[in-house]
Amino acid sequence: MSHQPQQQSAGQPIAFVSAQALRARMHDAVNNPHLRQSFRGAMDFLMAKRAAQFPDQDELDSLRSLSEGIRQYSLSKLPELLEQLEANLTRNGVKVHWAETPDEANAIMLGIARQHQAKLIVKGKSMVSEEIEFNHAMEAAGVGALESDMGEYIVQLAGEKPSHIIMPAIHQTKQQIAKLFAEKIPGVDYTDNVDALIRIGRNVLRDKFESADIGLSGVNFAVAETGTLCLVENEGNGRMCTTVPKVHIAITGIEKIVEKLEHVAPLYSILTRSATGQAVSTYFNMISGPRKAGDKDGPEEVHLVLLDNGRSQAYADEQLRKTLQCIRCGACMNHCPVYTRIGGHAYGTTYPGPIGKIVSPHMMGLEQTHLLPTASSLCGACGEVCPVKIPIPELLIRLRGEANSAPHAHPAMVGQGAAYDPKISFVWRMWARLYGRPSTYRAFSWLATRFRALTPRKQSGWTAARTPLQPAPRRLRDMLKDRR
Amino acid sequence: MSTPVVSTHAGHQARSYPSRPEAVYFYGTCLVDMFVPEAGMDAITLLEREGIRVIFPDNQTCCGQPAFTSGFPEEARHVVASQLDLFPGDYPIVVPSGSCGGMIRWHWEKAVGDDAALQARAAAIAARTYEFAEFLLHVVGFNRKDEGPATTVTLHTSCSARREMGTHLVGRELLARLGNVTLAHHDHESECCGFGGTFSLKHPDISTAMVTDKVASLKATGASQLVTADCGCMLNITKRAAKEDLDARRAKPSLPGEHLATFLLRRTGGKPAGDQQ
Repeated sequence: MSHQPQQQSAGQPIAFVSAQALRARMHDAVNNPHLRQSFRGAMDFLMAKRAAQFPDQDELDSLRSLSEGIRQYSLSKLPELLEQLEANLTRNGVKVHWAETPDEANAIMLGIARQHQAKLIVKGKSMVSEEIEFNHAMEAAGVGALESDMGEYIVQLAGEKPSHIIMPAIHQTKQQIAKLFAEKIPGVDYTDNVDALIRIGRNVLRDKFESADIGLSGVNFAVAETGTLCLVENEGNGRMCTTVPKVHIAITGIEKIVEKLEHVAPLYSILTRSATGQAVSTYFNMISGPRKAGDKDGPEEVHLVLLDNGRSQAYADEQLRKTLQCIRCGACMNHCPVYTRIGGHAYGTTYPGPIGKIVSPHMMGLEQTHLLPTASSLCGACGEVCPVKIPIPELLIRLRGEANSAPHAHPAMVGQGAAYDPKISFVWRMWARLYGRPSTYRAFSWLATRFRALTPRKQSGWTAARTPLQPAPRRLRDMLKDRR
Repeated sequence: MSTPVVSTHAGHQARSYPSRPEAVYFYGTCLVDMFVPEAGMDAITLLEREGIRVIFPDNQTCCGQPAFTSGFPEEARHVVASQLDLFPGDYPIVVPSGSCGGMIRWHWEKAVGDDAALQARAAAIAARTYEFAEFLLHVVGFNRKDEGPATTVTLHTSCSARREMGTHLVGRELLARLGNVTLAHHDHESECCGFGGTFSLKHPDISTAMVTDKVASLKATGASQLVTADCGCMLNITKRAAKEDLDARRAKPSLPGEHLATFLLRRTGGKPAGDQQ
């Protein structure tokens, strides 16, 4: 891994991004009027769609509490449930693999590909595969990996990364997609008719499903008690990937587990409504093993790769564990005023938006992610809409503290102390002395108001866009005394 | 006035309110004390006019929020601990700010650290802490005759008032009690103004984008002024609007703003402290 600060294009693998480079990206994004306009429009649309699904606040409150409860219960039994899942999947004929790191996960899947002399892997939408840079790993080893989700297909064709976890190509306008298709797909003329564009994409993909050696998918819920992998999708490509090729590989994070089938229904219901404002998705797949004797279709071999990649670090801490409640609906980013203004690519992480700010530090360490938790006004919109009630603002504050504090011997996470700056810590210590002793505060505030003319006119950050702050001539306490 | 009023909010349990007390503690907040003291004075005047004695503990400094949200928990703990002795009586505590109110009500208990005795004291304070507008509506039952000329205003509700204190409808209800005031709603009303305390200093680009959008939305209503119950948001929004006026060489402020307390006092026959200077 390179440790040089660098400008990376949206399509390159995630390499180390310094705080300075991250700032530059955010600056560029927020000053890009085209990006601002397209994200604002898309997020407004998604917020309205979600709101229409939850007309009854009480029903939403109770469904959120139920969903939070299911996720917390599942996490409380995570080690046992994972063992139970492995046993039941194995019984069903699914091969279960464990990967601690992205490299291990890629090596496992490359091993399966080699075993089958695979030339092409066709992929359903999977953010975990993005997290481990699956496509790059396969391409480097000479195995083709083709995205079949329309949004992912567009992003792959453009050499980019998803800018949203549910709608990967949401940053692209239909004109951009039309241009991309005309340039990259042989024999295709420019059209910005959306139906025509989708037809073009589907025709390309249809052939690939038949020729692919392996289908890859993610998992939305893994049911421990039955050994069932549930997959939520809208395009049918997920079903194609998991049934047409001879081999199906599913990959997921270790947290995506529930104990019982009955736990899936509430989560599924709140997932689609929160994500895209759909009452249900077009497809809901339940995968329980390879083709059995007499089955007319289905893969001959099914694998599940369970990935840790920092999740067990979050799991070990009671507060940080709440991060793992996430069901990846994307509602937090749809409602985030910061995400709306900088888009997904500016974050420099696989998962953008509020959830990205709290999950990425566990995957990538705080050294390269410590700026992300600070890029929030703590407005609380994310926490308010989170279907499983992750207290995102509280976790952002916690991560700020982990990054700010002086490095110590037993850190809760990799990169603790990454933003530690003795000068800034000193300023806060002085602040605490000032405000922690009323007599000192009284003296300070008296001076600040009496000598208000000396207030600097240039106040870093603030005066770039605002007139300066100046203390009042007299404090509230002086006004009260004068009156009495 | 002894019927408890119940307020419901998405995130929190319905809060039941006490009957009108003889006295209250007024926690002015550091921002009001040093930067917008007239808002604090006007809030106090409104309460006193309703026959409520207002106690201003002289040792009040800051609720600790800046350090708490910036990820300096030890510094926040130190400041919060210094504030726990301010309210010896069992009177309600009124705070003219949603974010400082939210800090006391929801975070002081955590901010004081692991000491169970301190936690219990912080929790007892939290339980009787009210945001000023919420207190004026639900406890005082503010209902004075509007004596001002017909006007249209726009209202910004802070994220803390909206999402922590659950008092996002209070400002609207208070304004609705003024017969000659029309409230013009702005687009993306529930969206943050971009202040966020140290966020505005640490990420000026993003903060500026947010406040610029907020100012544009508020101006687009055509309202004569902005009213808000939070001085942090108010300074952010009005100082941004003032910068736009300066850049465009406009002499008259395009978006003047004031605290809800000041506005309510002026409309109902009182003399705002700022007007007397």
